[in-house]
Amino acid sequence: MMPQENGLFEVLQASFKSTLVDILPILLVLIFFQVIILRKNIPHLKQILLGLVLVVVGLAIFIMGLEKCVFPIGTSMADQLTDPLFLSNGDEKTVRAFLSAVRVDPSLYTWTYIFAFMIGFSTTLAEPALIAVSIKAREISTGAISEWGLRIAVAFGVAFGVTLGAYRIIMGTPLYLYIAFGYLFLVVQTVFAPKAIIPLAFDSGGVTTSTVTVPVLAALGIGLASNVPGRSPILDGFGLIAFASLFPIIAVLAYAMIGQWLGKRYQKSI
Amino acid sequence: MGILKTLFKRFLSVILDILPLLCVIFIFQTFVIQKPFPDLEQTLLGIGLVILGLFLFIMGLENALFPLGERIANQFAQKGNVFWLLLFGFTLGFSTTIAEPALTIIASKAGQLAADSGAIQANDSTILFFVYGLRLTVALAVGIAIAIGVLRIIKGWALPWFILMGYGLIILATFFAPQQIIGIAYDSGGITTSTITVPLVAALGIGLAVSIKGRNPIVDGFGLIALASLTPILFVMIYGMFVLGVA
Repeated sequence: MMPQENGLFEVLQASFKSTLVDILPILLVLIFFQVIILRKNIPHLKQILLGLVLVVVGLAIFIMGLEKCVFPIGTSMADQLTDPLFLSNGDEKTVRAFLSAVRVDPSLYTWTYIFAFMIGFSTTLAEPALIAVSIKAREISTGAISEWGLRIAVAFGVAFGVTLGAYRIIMGTPLYLYIAFGYLFLVVQTVFAPKAIIPLAFDSGGVTTSTVTVPVLAALGIGLASNVPGRSPILDGFGLIAFASLFPIIAVLAYAMIGQWLGKRYQKSI
Repeated sequence: MGILKTLFKRFLSVILDILPLLCVIFIFQTFVIQKPFPDLEQTLLGIGLVILGLFLFIMGLENALFPLGERIANQFAQKGNVFWLLLFGFTLGFSTTIAEPALTIIASKAGQLAADSGAIQANDSTILFFVYGLRLTVALAVGIAIAIGVLRIIKGWALPWFILMGYGLIILATFFAPQQIIGIAYDSGGITTSTITVPLVAALGIGLAVSIKGRNPIVDGFGLIALASLTPILFVMIYGMFVLGVA
């Protein structure tokens, strides 16, 4: 259970503390270089200070809200969906047969795959760091890269990655097989993709797994690994995050390649 | 009137950001689990807080983190001292990563895992040494990545070569790294860039590409985060080879 008996104040305090820990080193480095090396005033200092307060307060409130509504439900959902009793529709005999099985039937977990896909997709759309990068991408491409187009491509990548990651945990195949193959695919794709999109594509792989996604994915990984017979939470729980940062890169590159291909076909037709 | 309209539009867009997540949770709770929400009041309060928090964060983003990163990049470009700029990049990457809470959690889990599997001795000081070594390795990796990335923007080198070389090395290292470290290594690439660091670093790269003549902000400005999520994977596997031995 999540700490529901904890008061609002304690939760707020904790999330403030973690946000401050996040921003403190940045502030120290910025102040040091500004004062010692650059020796220049920052223009519009007041506006920037106010903005920094908004960043810290906003992020703390955001995390607190997630802890109130998203994380507890995400955790209990991951737990219930993988519960043997749920999988066998409450039939005792099936439960026993299931628990003594040497190899689980991966088709039992249809709801888990659907949940993994949808939660991967929707948490990515709510990820603040990705919103930031896509705002910047739209600004400097003067609209050629649309904010939502990029975010939806990334979200599809995460959704696919998480679903495949859940399947891997259920089957118990080694992580490095998938990862090595994925990276190999990525290398080939990098050679053929339009050069201008590559930096943005690889950047978006790094930003997808952050504030919202990591706790929910960790809950899903641990829920799966501790409920599927024959899996250990420590050994098999890892890896969902790796999947969720690999597949968005593939998705954004594919999105750009399809766009380029369609553009060429359109040019040929006229 | 203009400000109010902008605020209202931004508020609506924040609701749109959150809506898919709320739908997923609502649909699964109602139709699959088929149980009422455990605490409806708390859930509604949480939703309100999520929307308010994201709204404030995005306002702060555009008023502080973006302009800050761009102005610092601009001032460094005017000063024209490459060494200080590289040192700034390294320090920024190193200091934000060493304090990163997600890394602290993963590192201590990894330490426990290594001790349980017998890879390192199961006494407190050995585990602590392993955990701090791991955190230091990841922080160094991110610092070096930002410094290299900044140098790349200054020189105008193409990112794909760095990426191909980096992933080539990662695939190679995967064959030699000890099994226990591989999962941790790949996960550490994804968790090192936090929500506050990302916008600042993105703005820094774009600011540099805008300030230096002949650079294209899209092609040259992005890529700092890409490198910062690539080097930790490689460095952690190399760390694993040194501490736990070659597989």
